[in-house]
Amino acid sequence: MPSAPSALPAFGHLPLQAGEGKTAAIVARGLTRTFGKVTAVDHINLTVARAQVYGFLGPNGSGKSTTIRMLCGLLLPSAGTIDVLGYKIPQQAEALKRRIGYMTQKFSLYDDLTVRENLEFVAAVHELDRAQSGTRVAELLDLYWLGDQRDQLAGTLSGGQKQRLALAAAVLHKPELLLLDEPTSAVDPQSRREFWDSLFALTDAGTTILVSTHYMDEAERCHRLAILDRGHLVADGTPHELEDALPGQVLLIDCANPRAAQDALAHLPGISATAQIGASLRVLGDDSADLQSRIVANLRTAGIDARVETTRPNLEDVFVAATRGATSADRHA
Amino acid sequence: MNLRRLFAIVVKELRQLRRDKLTFAMIVGIPTMQLLLFGYAINMDIRHLPAAILDQAHTAQSRQIVAAIAQTQVLDFDYRLRTPQDLDELLRQGRISAAVVVPPDFERRLIQAGTDERDRPPLQIVVDGSDQTVQQAVRQLAALPLKPLLDPTASAPPANVEIVNFYNPSRRAPVNTVPGLIGVILTMTMVLFTAMALVRERERGNLEFLIATPVSPTELTVGKVLPFVGIGLVQVTLVLLLGVAIFRVPIHGRLIDVYVASLVFIVASLALGVFLSTLAKSQFQAMQLAFFTFLPQILLSGFMFPYAGMPKPAQWLAEIFPMTHFMRLIRGILLRAATLADLWPDLAALGVFIVVMLGIAIARTRKRLD
Repeated sequence: MPSAPSALPAFGHLPLQAGEGKTAAIVARGLTRTFGKVTAVDHINLTVARAQVYGFLGPNGSGKSTTIRMLCGLLLPSAGTIDVLGYKIPQQAEALKRRIGYMTQKFSLYDDLTVRENLEFVAAVHELDRAQSGTRVAELLDLYWLGDQRDQLAGTLSGGQKQRLALAAAVLHKPELLLLDEPTSAVDPQSRREFWDSLFALTDAGTTILVSTHYMDEAERCHRLAILDRGHLVADGTPHELEDALPGQVLLIDCANPRAAQDALAHLPGISATAQIGASLRVLGDDSADLQSRIVANLRTAGIDARVETTRPNLEDVFVAATRGATSADRHA
Repeated sequence: MNLRRLFAIVVKELRQLRRDKLTFAMIVGIPTMQLLLFGYAINMDIRHLPAAILDQAHTAQSRQIVAAIAQTQVLDFDYRLRTPQDLDELLRQGRISAAVVVPPDFERRLIQAGTDERDRPPLQIVVDGSDQTVQQAVRQLAALPLKPLLDPTASAPPANVEIVNFYNPSRRAPVNTVPGLIGVILTMTMVLFTAMALVRERERGNLEFLIATPVSPTELTVGKVLPFVGIGLVQVTLVLLLGVAIFRVPIHGRLIDVYVASLVFIVASLALGVFLSTLAKSQFQAMQLAFFTFLPQILLSGFMFPYAGMPKPAQWLAEIFPMTHFMRLIRGILLRAATLADLWPDLAALGVFIVVMLGIAIARTRKRLD
């Protein structure tokens, strides 16, 4: 059995070594992973600061899960270097596993064990003794509102309850780094809000969190964000930075028939994406000064009377622009 | 290996097992059902075969001889036929397994019997040769002395060879089948349960969580397999109790030897299950693999067919199977009062099997997803 450095306590935080606090929690360079001929992750460079929520935003199949799995040593990278909490991964993955919490995309605790049995099992796995386990489990049941479900089988919990249980299990040993792979994919909005409140409580206590998602509202709440598209890291920054850095302009078109307007603008040069938002049309365009007038003219020929105004880019625009860029590049190729 | 973690895995496994009604029922149900099925159904001492009589002589003596054959209880004369054609038809339809034909000149043939080599036999028994065991059962009727049956004063021909039956004097089949059944039941349940239990963790996604924790593959495997050692010993006890109570199977050897041999065999079966779990991607595959190894074991181990009667390559193959060695061990201990010291080569063979299987399994296990 692989063993941790002897000085490592079985439970609780390690005292930070000199200078360690300033270093990033995760540093990955040129991270690549191929499955056969498919390149799932392609030369990603990543730096995650401590005590932050760092988001991975990307469509399905963009390499979010693969990257997270490589970072915690579950998958071998095909190329690149990884440093997590000062450990070289994959070489020192076993030592790292005592200091990270990992929450899988699919519920991975035992459906046929009760909430309390699941947590007690995880406590034992992390070598907490019985007394420590009892206090910690009680603490977590209380913290994640699972007290009433303590003797309920995990398989019968609701989506939100399951997710709180999974989070409780992932943080049971008070890890310094938490890796969450699409934790809220099967959860209602109210539970998602509560879940994110819990995440910020953890970062306040010093935990670093890497979370993947495909929800914009969640991405907006991250301290920092990376957008992944087909294995490439296409954008990286705070949500505000990303919005401000969006090239081109975002236009809002008010008209009687947004669907018809969308069709009319489908092939207008300078427009990279359109999306209907209720009674209006949101347009992602390039920087050209005459874009607005060309749109109005184009719509008029189509018999649509429209009012066009610029608006502030949001994260969805950034996401669409970032992931669209590759698509149009592919088309040109 | 961390004992606290190991214990936690064992406890978890037992809790899951307790809630898995089907597996729990199989642990007790499979041994009981198989014991009753095999105990009652496998009987080489065959009696009451459906048969027909075609008596073309119709004399007092012919009727007497038919009554004498009926008395052996090997054949039940359900049909009395008139023509040989009827006999053909019944035999082909499978309604009878044998038929006794008394020729019209039965008495003349009987008197002449033995006086001239060219004589035709006084009595003919037609057998359905498509079933070997039926064939053998009826063959014993050929030894039936006909003359003394008709004339009590005539002396029976002296037997040339006396067969002394050690260990199973009354030739009861359960005495042979029940000890072997312990091996069959353990192979079936132990290999299947472990292979499935280990794959289940992977299939349900639990493994992805577990491998991101400090759990080692050895702890996980040993922890998941340990409960089955206990379950296997419970099954051994169950089969022994039922075997003794229902089928009066003797336990001539020492009970401790029975349990030591069973324990080693259980571990060997678990090792096979662990190995199979490293090959299977789903519980369904694990089940298929388990049955794939189960069938040759049950056929070649000596449980069904005598080892000595198999061709050499089959014997070599059988030597690999743990069940072959366990058959020798358990029959030896239970029926012949052999000790483990007498049977050490088979015990050693099981040991080698365990080491090899676990070695391959551990070498194939990685704490990663790829």
